[in-house]
Amino acid sequence: MSFRFSRRLAVPLSTVAVVSLALTACGGGTTKSSTAGEATDAPSSTGSAKADPNAPLKEGLKIAYLPKQLNNPYTDVEVGGGKVAVGELKGEYKLVGPNDASASSQVSYINTLIQQQQDVIVVAANDPNAVCPSLNQARKAGIKVVAFDSDASKSCRDAFINQATTQGIGESLVKMASELAGGSGEIAVLSATPNATNQNSWIAVMKTELAKPENAKLKLVKVAYGNDDDQKSFTEAQGLLQSYPNLKVIVSPTTVGIAAASRYVSASAYKGKVAITGLGLPNQMRQYVKDGTVKKFALWNPADIGYLAAYAGAALKSGQITGAEGEKFKAGKLGDYTVGADGEIVLGPPTEFTAANIDQFNF
Amino acid sequence: MSAETAVAESRTAGLTARLANWNVAIIAVTVVVLIIAAATVDNFGTSQNFGFLVLDLLPIALVALPMTLVIVTGEIDLSVASTLGLSSAVMGSLWNSNQPIETIIPLCLLLGAVLGAVNGFFVTVLGLPSLAVTIGTLALYRGLAFVVLGDGAVADFPAVYTDWVTGNIAGTSIPNVLLIIAILAVVFGVVLHATPVGRAVFAVGASEQAARFAGVRPGRLKFWLYVVSGLVAGLAGVLWTLRYSSARADNGAGLELAVVAAVLLGGVSIFGGKGALPGVIAGVLLLASLQNALRLSDVSNEALNVVTGVLLIVSVLAPNLANAVRGSVQRRRHRTTKPL
Amino acid sequence: MTAAPARADSAVELPTAVTRRSSLDLVLRARELGIVLALAALVAVTAISNPRFLSGQSIRDILLGTAILAVLAVGQAVVVITRNIDLSVGSVLGLSAFTVGTLLRDNPGLPVVVALLIGAAVGGACGAVNGVLVRYGNVPALVVTLGTLYVVRGITYFWAGGQQINADELPAGFLDFGNATFLGIPYLVLIALLVLVITGVVLRNYRLGRELYAMGSSPQAARLAGISVGRRTIGAFGVSGALAGLAGVLFAARFGTIDAAAGTGYELNVVAAVVVGGVAVFGGSGSVWGAALGALLLTTIGSSLAVLEINQFWQQAIVGGLILLAIGADRLVAARVAASLKKRGSHVS
Repeated sequence: MSFRFSRRLAVPLSTVAVVSLALTACGGGTTKSSTAGEATDAPSSTGSAKADPNAPLKEGLKIAYLPKQLNNPYTDVEVGGGKVAVGELKGEYKLVGPNDASASSQVSYINTLIQQQQDVIVVAANDPNAVCPSLNQARKAGIKVVAFDSDASKSCRDAFINQATTQGIGESLVKMASELAGGSGEIAVLSATPNATNQNSWIAVMKTELAKPENAKLKLVKVAYGNDDDQKSFTEAQGLLQSYPNLKVIVSPTTVGIAAASRYVSASAYKGKVAITGLGLPNQMRQYVKDGTVKKFALWNPADIGYLAAYAGAALKSGQITGAEGEKFKAGKLGDYTVGADGEIVLGPPTEFTAANIDQFNF
Repeated sequence: MSAETAVAESRTAGLTARLANWNVAIIAVTVVVLIIAAATVDNFGTSQNFGFLVLDLLPIALVALPMTLVIVTGEIDLSVASTLGLSSAVMGSLWNSNQPIETIIPLCLLLGAVLGAVNGFFVTVLGLPSLAVTIGTLALYRGLAFVVLGDGAVADFPAVYTDWVTGNIAGTSIPNVLLIIAILAVVFGVVLHATPVGRAVFAVGASEQAARFAGVRPGRLKFWLYVVSGLVAGLAGVLWTLRYSSARADNGAGLELAVVAAVLLGGVSIFGGKGALPGVIAGVLLLASLQNALRLSDVSNEALNVVTGVLLIVSVLAPNLANAVRGSVQRRRHRTTKPL
Repeated sequence: MTAAPARADSAVELPTAVTRRSSLDLVLRARELGIVLALAALVAVTAISNPRFLSGQSIRDILLGTAILAVLAVGQAVVVITRNIDLSVGSVLGLSAFTVGTLLRDNPGLPVVVALLIGAAVGGACGAVNGVLVRYGNVPALVVTLGTLYVVRGITYFWAGGQQINADELPAGFLDFGNATFLGIPYLVLIALLVLVITGVVLRNYRLGRELYAMGSSPQAARLAGISVGRRTIGAFGVSGALAGLAGVLFAARFGTIDAAAGTGYELNVVAAVVVGGVAVFGGSGSVWGAALGALLLTTIGSSLAVLEINQFWQQAIVGGLILLAIGADRLVAARVAASLKKRGSHVS
């Protein structure tokens, strides 16, 4: 089995090295900073089209929902609202998506939707950039793209349905944590993935809030990531409690994380000593609210997000709006909405859930 | 003595015939599937969809080429998808540290080759079973990819490169990347079927000892096959990154299963020694176009999983069953001819 | 797959297995000792940096995690000993967990024992399909189980259709079973121990068990010796499947939330645990005790990385490195044993 490959290996290896050096030396090379100014190809699909607020909503629109992944109860509630709205709009509802939250499989689905000549794609991007080229292809083909739940890059969608303002969510997370900790002590965050757009912006707001004098006694000791995977979040919650014995509150701004952390704490010795709060689904959290593990948590109504997305998509396709700031449209039972900066449409303030009101909600 | 050689000869003749049969069969099945899909599935036959199809099968097609040679020698390389992921992660991290992309790409290819060489070292120098080694490096390389890039994504690759990968040859609707697939397929096809190296690959797969007596050095051959396998996986990582303009540590996760499925579907024997490249390419195309067509007809993702798995088992089961049936027929024929 | 080298190995190992049981035993025991030492060192380092690592809650968490992985590893070890492999265990775990979860949601009165049996039966059926395909289809186990990995997972997704079973839908009795203890030891751990001891004793002391080793060492020789290799192969896959099914029920009880993705990617950890535990991938040697120790080691590593606040991403890389280290070490030991046997053999003759 012994053979000498050092010299034989040396030839191709050095060739590669020399070639790469030569390429860099003479070309100067294309680097991150040299291309930083380059604009990503953003077709102004809105083009010269002008918003006509009085245009009638078209019927029979094909509206397709592409969530981050299919097997997620939160997603089910969201797209459920979308289905209702598409029914009201007399359109054709379609739901497709990958089983894993990966950007590459979403791209294949977008391509398929282009082929199927949908009118509106409502997408929750797994990676704001990876889906961009395909979404722009879709827009070139006349499809309106509405992002919901998790935004795609601004250059490749027509509108974004924001569940609540980032500032509002961050503030309410800190407020709940402060109340539960009694105004002072160690808190930790159990987030989704480290590059989750929403969670990161909320955590950023939380950090500025915590820096304010009235929250000086609250100390954020760690941000852990459960990757929106139930088991991983469970293990991470376990790790947090082991590493920080004085922890008073775990704030989990994701429905998967808060449920997993609550489940771990409710069956462990930490129950009653460590409070859990964050963003959760009432149905998933009911048990932990009732057994005292969780005192309060918050969320908007996810069904309304899907619902609003369908109306926004229909308004875009019908020409009522183009995604520019200040345009107004009517979203069925939710009433009137105004498009904000960068095509953002904000749903409204989140609701706080406690033992007193949780039984009024079923989602 | 002469009877024995005659038997052996007829057996090899039967073997090549059977092989040819399988190759022809798989190509025929692929063509039929393509025709049916084009006729019955809306939008399947459009040139735009052809572009999407080629982009979707790109990584599988590339990695399947060296994988064919590796499997023909009786080994396996399950680490390819992780090599792809590590190559992508390193590409992203170097790009973030402001290196020119013209340096990054060769470095990623080199990295792939080195990762392949590590596999080759364990398999040929230490003589460890390739299945265990490459399951180990599957975990190792993927883990390192996460160590390098974490859970983040790097996205802002230069448009010149990303546009080339997703674009078409000027004035046609033929995707640029089809050129890469075609060139590599021809190279691998010629090497496997028309050079001494290819004959050595088959010889090692059929009987390592016999090959050694015939002057082939199986260890060295396999080592270089692993290097090439890693190199191509590194290239696939670069193209994957540019296609999605997104370098991520989890890029290509699970791809090894699709690649092995495509290769086996293409008629390559998992025991080594048998297989042909045209069949493998048909296998890749069959798998990808089935998925594409099913997705266009709104068949759910889960059904795609089932189809892939069933195809994989059937592709190996079918030749065995055919053999068994043929064997019993021959035995019966033998019995009837004996009195004469 | 690795037909040629495997044949060469069996030539080396056959005499070891048959004539020099004691020296092989010694090697294996040394091997298990190595894992125990590594484990002790790991626990010591972690505990010094954070004493809470040794708190009751922490140890309980590690043991609960190990229980599920160990049950899977025991089943996998049985298959690997016969020179096969079962990559479908993660998918089978998912199917079983979802089946049992659905049943319990719809019939809250179902006793836990029945749930365990149903899970094992679902898994056993999947395993039997694997075994039949391997035996009668004459298809290598790697290919068959790669295929069923896709198929079983696909079926689970298809059935689940995106729904998830939440903890509040499961009967309290079942969830209590996931957390309750008997004499301070969690039930899940007791079940894992029971599985381990029974399998270990059967493999070591019963004819049936020894036949599995013989098959792994040399299938031809085993066949010539009158062992019905086919039936034993199907049996081994059945055991692996049934244990994966059982692990699915344990998974459901432990985590309480079950969706169609439960157990995705577990096969890698299971194979790693088995290989690290000293079960040779070319069959014929190793023990379920080693496999269980491997499972304990892997789980402890995961837990201590979190406690030591080492980047969690290292975990997978470490698993990969351990696999390579383990098979490399086995090869060196095997070569040394073979050399010493050759020497001794020449003295005798």
